[in-house]
Amino acid sequence: MQPAAFTIDLDDGTLRLKATGDWQARHLGAIDRELRDFEDDAVGRELIIDISGVERLDTAGAMVFERMLRACDARTGASKIVGGSPAQATLIANVAPHVAPCDVEPARRNAFVMMVNRFGQGLFEGYHAAIEILNFVGLTLTALMRVVKEPKRLRVTSIFWHMEEAGINAMPIVGLMSFMIGAVVAFMGAKILRLFNAEVFTVELVGISVLREFGVLLAAILVAGRSGSAFTASIGAMKIREEIDAMKALGLDPIETLVLPRAIALVLMMPVLTFMASVLGVIGGGLVAATAMDISPAFFVGRLQETIALSNFWVGLIKAPFFAFVIAIIGCYQGMEVAGSSESLGQRTTLSVVQSLFVVIILDAFFAMFFLEIDY
Amino acid sequence: MTGKIEEDAIIEVEGLRTQFGEAVIHDNLDLRVRRNEILGVVGGSGTGKSVLMRAIIGLKEPSAGTVRVFGEDFYALKPEERLAVERRWGVLFQGGALFSSMTVAQNVMAPMREHLKLPDSLATDIAAMKISMVGLPPDAGAKFPSELSGGMSKRAGLARALALDPEIVFLDEPTAGLDPIGAENFDRLIVSLKESLGLTVFMVTHDLDTLHATCDRVAVLAEKRVIAIGPLDEVRRSDHPWIQEYFSGPRGRAASSAKSERHAPRADRD
Repeated sequence: MQPAAFTIDLDDGTLRLKATGDWQARHLGAIDRELRDFEDDAVGRELIIDISGVERLDTAGAMVFERMLRACDARTGASKIVGGSPAQATLIANVAPHVAPCDVEPARRNAFVMMVNRFGQGLFEGYHAAIEILNFVGLTLTALMRVVKEPKRLRVTSIFWHMEEAGINAMPIVGLMSFMIGAVVAFMGAKILRLFNAEVFTVELVGISVLREFGVLLAAILVAGRSGSAFTASIGAMKIREEIDAMKALGLDPIETLVLPRAIALVLMMPVLTFMASVLGVIGGGLVAATAMDISPAFFVGRLQETIALSNFWVGLIKAPFFAFVIAIIGCYQGMEVAGSSESLGQRTTLSVVQSLFVVIILDAFFAMFFLEIDY
Repeated sequence: MTGKIEEDAIIEVEGLRTQFGEAVIHDNLDLRVRRNEILGVVGGSGTGKSVLMRAIIGLKEPSAGTVRVFGEDFYALKPEERLAVERRWGVLFQGGALFSSMTVAQNVMAPMREHLKLPDSLATDIAAMKISMVGLPPDAGAKFPSELSGGMSKRAGLARALALDPEIVFLDEPTAGLDPIGAENFDRLIVSLKESLGLTVFMVTHDLDTLHATCDRVAVLAEKRVIAIGPLDEVRRSDHPWIQEYFSGPRGRAASSAKSERHAPRADRD
């Protein structure tokens, strides 16, 4: 095996290129630069390529010979390839009609224009998504009304299945996370409060933060990550396999059969998860208080009862079904928006989690302002 | 005669046994593919046509038997030796299996980038040639796979399979999902590429028209092995009930009568 090589002679104004070795793709990379330089110099001249010394030839080699011929003289047409074996000549003849440039990438536009374009597109899409989601909420609520009027249409089995999947199965992870966050809050709080000799306020810190905010937020975050994404993925996969279209064709309402059971299940289970998260968060805080500080569990519980108004607990719990509804709606909506490829499925699943967390946190801020105003 | 066949064999499968868990797909299967032929592999659904192809190209390790390609026992090779063998074949998967994040031209250039150290300009020229060879227009090069029709995806997949000038091309149901015109064009493309590039083609197919139009020999898979192999007319004469039903059913008859009608104009076009 010999790498491709060539020599050039000038003879009566005719260029003679003698090629030797293996003219195969893997050897051509090394001489491509030289060949192109030669092509540039030889424009308009007559060229005779002698390939009698070529041992192996593949389509890439044949393409290169043909390209050189064309570069040299397009007008007179006296250039030719000589000396090849019949097989080589056939190969070159077969390749010749296909030597033509082609586009590799879509045409690029000015980077600044692209940026402005993307920004505008993003705004536009965001606006449309907001309206579409509101539309979806409306569709879900009307489906709910239909079901309320005619309770037989309620998919009880599906609701219970999703309650187990999204609720019961989420309990260990939600509980563990909340327990640890409660412990961390107590630990950090105690360290700072000690500076003011006010360690005992750790109880208030843990009680208020966990009951009012952390419990429900942690539950929402984990549910969005676990179940919101699962809703998108499962509905999206059904969309790709045309199951949703099949349902519509059979006269089944996908909102009623797919979205409503998931939404109901999540709205029912989220308060349960929130309750559990709150309790375990407080226990986590209490445990740290008992071990790292000198606050006995009995004192912790006593002070909790004295100083933390029950309203804190209710504020956390009231928010739960709203968060659940938002997560379920966005998860299902994004699933319905999946189109065509599995790439879109992945994008939509990510979007579903990001959007539901975004909306949950915005909603939480509004709740905080609301409860502050009504002084609850 | 037998000696000649063995000499010519480019793929030799001997005593192949593949299984998924308890389910045995092939048992004691023998198959020889000759150099520079188009071999069509047919069989009912679930007889393991695609699995046989995957066993030959190294995607499904057999539990017994040997697979020799280019005379080398593929599954006994070291990883880097396997790579050298893998470079000498190209595979067209059923849906084209194009990389969705790259344009068609970049897809075709991918194996060249990976295996040959080519400057971009040369790789682009080669990719353009392959894209033209499989009958795609030049502007298809800049398109993403999601913008292509089924037939175009298959052509683009074939261009990628041909990127490294393979000696063998494996085709998994190349005409499935194409309309009859697209399928016929694809058949013609395969025959012309085989002739101009001296390819050996291993083709899994369901399509009786494709069998008639392209294949030099046909292998029939049933009962976990190859029950018949040979030129189509010879295989049809077998009295195995499945073969009888397959080739002599209404579709089989229609395809074989269409063959004689199509032969004359085809010679003109080539």
